Amino acid sequence: MRALRWGVRALGEVFITLGFLLLLFVAWQLWWTDVTANRAQASTIHTLERSFGPAGLPERGVPRETDPVATLTKVPFGKAFAIVRIPRFGADYARPVLQGTDHDTLTKGMGHYAGTVFPGQVGNFALAGHRTTYGRPLHNIDLLQKGDVIVVETKASYVVYAVDRHVIVTPDRVEVIAPVPQHPGVRPTEAWMTMTACHPKFSAALRYVVFARLVKSIPRAGGLPATFMAVPSAAAG
Amino acid sequence: MYGPLWRMLPGPWQVKALLAMVLVIGVVAVCFLWLFPAIAPYMPFNSYSVQRGASP
Repeated sequence: MRALRWGVRALGEVFITLGFLLLLFVAWQLWWTDVTANRAQASTIHTLERSFGPAGLPERGVPRETDPVATLTKVPFGKAFAIVRIPRFGADYARPVLQGTDHDTLTKGMGHYAGTVFPGQVGNFALAGHRTTYGRPLHNIDLLQKGDVIVVETKASYVVYAVDRHVIVTPDRVEVIAPVPQHPGVRPTEAWMTMTACHPKFSAALRYVVFARLVKSIPRAGGLPATFMAVPSAAAG
Repeated sequence: MYGPLWRMLPGPWQVKALLAMVLVIGVVAVCFLWLFPAIAPYMPFNSYSVQRGASP
């Protein structure tokens, strides 16, 4: 009888401990991953900005006869190579883009789908990002409206895209990152950008996908005109 | 489980409480820094890209 009592008591304590660990995991996932990922991503941005060097000033106008589009061809897996700025998400919104879309890479910033083109090139520059947790770079992806500016900054250039449309699909619909988005097998003639995030928030059931079309590639030496970074008002659209 | 652990800790109850707190913080740290990051990739809600064969 005494042994039974002891056993039941120990079992109870084990269950309480497991319950506590489960709650702890939820706290880690929902809160702590944001804390550490935001810190790490801000530091990556800082490193990238330093390695990119100072930008030119638009007023000074330093045209350089290089094709900024052709400069990026191959980036090692897991390496950060660009900064995404989206004025709709705030004037100081900046997230790093790393090569690859595995779990580890997506905790460090947005991930570039391997095999899709690089910023500004003809085809589809496709990115994945977290909607929640791990710094949630695409938390507000559903707020993007047609015409909203997305600036992708690389060592060579500022590549400006404007949001065209969005779709909500199941995660197996890989045609969203096709060279011509949603038209697999078609030869691309335009430069597109695609961003995929989870939908609904806190679920991985669906993907919220935004397509944006290239507006302009500006050599870094020319500087980014301030008009592109103007924060749109919430009501505009 | 916790009873014997409490009895194992040395000193008066104040010292025991302090040691117990240190143990709890240690367990939380191990979970946050190693255990949870290691198991997170296997959680179904942590898949974030589109890919062939992904379950809807």
